[in-house]
Amino acid sequence: MNESLSTRRLVIRLSLVVVAMFGFGFALVPIYDVMCQAFGINGKTAGAYEAGEQGVDASRQVRVQFLATNAADMVWEFRPMADEVAVHPGDSTQMVFVAHNPTDRPMTAQAIPSVAPSKAAAYFHKTECFCFTQQVLQPGERIEMPVRFIVDRDLPADVRHLTLAYTLFDITASKPPVAQVGQ
Amino acid sequence: MMRHPRVWMSLLLCLAFSSAHASWTVNMAPGATEVSRSVFDLHMTIFWICVVIGVVVFGAMFWSMLVHRRSTGQQPAHFHESTTVEILWTVVPLVILVLMAIPATKTLIEIYDNSESELDIQVTGYQWKWHYKYLGQDVEFFSNLTTPQDQINNLAVKGEHYLLEVDEPLVVPVGTKVRFLITAADVIHSWWVPALAVKKDAIPGFINESWTRIDEPGIYRGQCTELCGKDHGFMPVVVEAKSKVDFATWLAERKQLAATEKELTSKEWTLDELMARGEKAYNTACAACHQPTGEGLPPMFPALKGSAIATGAAAGHIGIVVNGKPGTAMAAFGKQLSEVDLAAIITYERNAWGNKVGDMVTPKDILEFKKAQE
Amino acid sequence: MSAVIDTHGHAGHDHHHGPAKGLMRWVLTTNHKDIGTMYLWFSFAMFLLGGTMAMVIRAELFQPGLQIVQPEFFNQMTTMHGLIMVFGAVMPAFVGLANWMIPLMIGAPDMALPRMNNFSFWLLPAAFSMMVSTLFMEGGGPNFGWTFYAPLSTTYAPESVTFFIFAVHLMGISSIMGAINVVATILNLRAPGMTLMKMPLFVWTWLITAFLLIAVMPVLAGCVTMMLMDIHFGTSFFSAAGGGDPVLFQHVFWFFGHPEVYIMILPAFGAVSAIIPAFARKPLFGYTSMVYATASIAFLSFIVWAHHMFTVGIPLTGELFFMYATMLIAVPTGVKVFNWASTMWQGSMTFETPMLFSVAFVILFTIGGFSGLMLAIAPADFQYHDTYFVVAHFHYVLVPGAIFGIFASAYYWLPKWTGHMYDETLGKLHFWMSFVGMNMAFFPMHFVGLAGMPRRIPDYNMMFANFNMVSSIGAFMFGATQLLFLFIVIKCIRSGQPAAAKPWDGAEGLEWTVPSPAPYHTFQTPPEVK
Repeated sequence: MNESLSTRRLVIRLSLVVVAMFGFGFALVPIYDVMCQAFGINGKTAGAYEAGEQGVDASRQVRVQFLATNAADMVWEFRPMADEVAVHPGDSTQMVFVAHNPTDRPMTAQAIPSVAPSKAAAYFHKTECFCFTQQVLQPGERIEMPVRFIVDRDLPADVRHLTLAYTLFDITASKPPVAQVGQ
Repeated sequence: MMRHPRVWMSLLLCLAFSSAHASWTVNMAPGATEVSRSVFDLHMTIFWICVVIGVVVFGAMFWSMLVHRRSTGQQPAHFHESTTVEILWTVVPLVILVLMAIPATKTLIEIYDNSESELDIQVTGYQWKWHYKYLGQDVEFFSNLTTPQDQINNLAVKGEHYLLEVDEPLVVPVGTKVRFLITAADVIHSWWVPALAVKKDAIPGFINESWTRIDEPGIYRGQCTELCGKDHGFMPVVVEAKSKVDFATWLAERKQLAATEKELTSKEWTLDELMARGEKAYNTACAACHQPTGEGLPPMFPALKGSAIATGAAAGHIGIVVNGKPGTAMAAFGKQLSEVDLAAIITYERNAWGNKVGDMVTPKDILEFKKAQE
Repeated sequence: MSAVIDTHGHAGHDHHHGPAKGLMRWVLTTNHKDIGTMYLWFSFAMFLLGGTMAMVIRAELFQPGLQIVQPEFFNQMTTMHGLIMVFGAVMPAFVGLANWMIPLMIGAPDMALPRMNNFSFWLLPAAFSMMVSTLFMEGGGPNFGWTFYAPLSTTYAPESVTFFIFAVHLMGISSIMGAINVVATILNLRAPGMTLMKMPLFVWTWLITAFLLIAVMPVLAGCVTMMLMDIHFGTSFFSAAGGGDPVLFQHVFWFFGHPEVYIMILPAFGAVSAIIPAFARKPLFGYTSMVYATASIAFLSFIVWAHHMFTVGIPLTGELFFMYATMLIAVPTGVKVFNWASTMWQGSMTFETPMLFSVAFVILFTIGGFSGLMLAIAPADFQYHDTYFVVAHFHYVLVPGAIFGIFASAYYWLPKWTGHMYDETLGKLHFWMSFVGMNMAFFPMHFVGLAGMPRRIPDYNMMFANFNMVSSIGAFMFGATQLLFLFIVIKCIRSGQPAAAKPWDGAEGLEWTVPSPAPYHTFQTPPEVK
């Protein structure tokens, strides 16, 4: 009887391992996010940056390039006002993106940022960005969307340019836009 | 007696040259860049180390299989352990691995170099074509497979570059560091040109970086290497490297062409002209899903032949081609194609395969439709 | 290892414990031998089904151009071929071998959890009927490759993907229950005197495999659950549009996927470690180091997953870490190969069918190991990744690895299972046809891969035509040969020389102390192991 008891204990323990590993699969999601932000894996940038006191490094200039891409089924017009700007690390810079909904229905969009080279992503801080929220545009509406950013002074010396790329996704199906009153 | 070898020879020859461009290539090519040659050298180094280890280990095994058999009267020995040899064959492979890791690390660092580039190109993967955008140059275009369906369906003789040919290759200058910013608009693709040793996944929502510096002018062909759906095998990559002078000329021409295309929009088109242009454009942009016969591949890709949209009001037809149909595989072609091509395709779809609407959609109609949306 | 056992004494009063009659015997059985038999037949049926799909693939690739199937069906074939071979053929075959042999090898009367054993088997036919039925659904079956990368398998998947997810869940549950059963049996039911370090290597490798299964199958379940939630419940684990990341899918999948490939090879290591000494008539060289090498391989398998993702854009340091860790696996694997070679050295070898398959296993698996080492070199992998070179690599480790290991085991233990000797001439014919067919099918894939042919494409440029034709001919030969195996097994069950309790003079182990065929109940009184 001793033996069957220990079998039961063993099975319970192994089942706990199974449950734990199932949970671990889901735990990989936040672990991955932390790893991504720490090491800039996949060019992922962190959320809103609390602007601390960062002196401007006027001795150094970095090219920041802007890309705007539409996901395949996205019909909005979406582009940056300029292809690139030159900035000093530590300096706060603003760039404006234009979006226009050419369809006859209200639509919701989400922009996803990504930075290349990926090792620079951790040094690219956005203090203000249209990608922090969803954008709802009425039929024919056109808006200008700002992003304000700081390139960290600690950006590795061999990085002389970086690319900020946005991909615009149509998420109207999952997040129906709120009808505007008085339209 | 003499006949048999001849029969065999001709049979072998038949097999060898059954298709005109068949080859028996067994190895990677060194490629056209410094990086691709480093990778090739690394590949060969590791390969030869493996061959040497293989010869020693398999040699010992074959020797043993020949000599240490019961049929030769061999009596089995009884040894079954030796700490010395166990340590030996743990340490020796470890040393060999370190020797392999050194050149591998060097090459990897060479590839991860992010010094300043002279030309930046955004590469975007779509189901099932590539889009190239020369950043800061106002030049962008899609690159579609041009191999005719008849060749794929074995109704015509296959050309030399079967499945590796496109309407608009990516043109780059030689001797210039070109940076690729790679992303995708739908699913994951992977952009690969073997001769450049560049292979990078194109991931929707994220940007990846790679670069090359090509030595010699030439045409370098590759393919998408990440399964991306039905026509994964039909979205080649073609890179044409030109001398710096030729590249500058080409770039100027491209910019001119974009202007001409705009002019075409205001031209007075006839139905026949639009149909002719439409058939060509349809076969590049639409036929993969809706098929050259217009019969589609239901239920994923509906038939256009006799369809309510293609034979209904023009406005609805224009709308679906320009804006796509959310939630289906039908993409929005409004930005992917010029007004002229959009008009030609729609006209073609309305009047081909027994669809006889008889009307004509002109580039102006498309422009007006787009304006009305603003 | 020797044992004193008494099997005949029980025959008198145990007849009422014999198998039930008719179909219900198989539906309700809790006998490890019955369940083992069912697992083996099921896996062979799946092997033929997955093989048929491989034949469709090779027929389409016989020549350039589209001849037999359209691209969308081709993608379903490659996907289903992979899924069925991995989850339906190789894994259940090993579970079948474990069911039959582990209790016999450790002197246990049955598996520790016999009723769960029955359940975990019967989940499999349910899972695979569901998965195969998707092929007949509107929109077709899974067409996103056996690695089912998001978003192709979520946002862009056919409707049937939900059935696929449910089927994966069922086979996952089945594998986990099977693994728990194996661990419980090995840890609790060993005969007195059978210490851990006296266990046959097949038992050892299965114990380690079972722990791998328990660790990673739940991660796969989590992975497909996230897919399910993305598809039906509006979450965005893998969709960039909602703040998720398609690359995360690959990390989660390969965290399961890499240990999975060792799950498919470790039990074969164990079987071969029993067979080579038997036919070399010499004890296994370096038993202890074999155990440690297996454990090291299992450990390393958890920290190398990203080598499947060298091209997704991993930072340099990550790339280097995964490259070094992957190269390190060559060390314990090398130790195993050297040990097998030393076991053969100065033996007194004969080459019956099990030995032929085992020797081919060692040589061809090593070739697969070499190409694996080449693939581990990250910069070179940029050229190999997702080409036919990879296809060649994993078929070299899985066909002569897992499949030859299973064939070797089957021939080795068939006399014990059936009580008859198989037909040696036909067995050798089966080996040589398989050997030639397999090499002809998969060796040229190295060449076309290096020449630049991507994997998972239904059509290709003429420069790849010659070797593809050779590959297809080899594949047809290999495929057809497996029908011969079916014939050999049926012939062995129905006729053939009666087998002695120990038909191989060099064999060792408790399983050879019971009569052939093994009685329905064995070791009801535990044997004494000295």
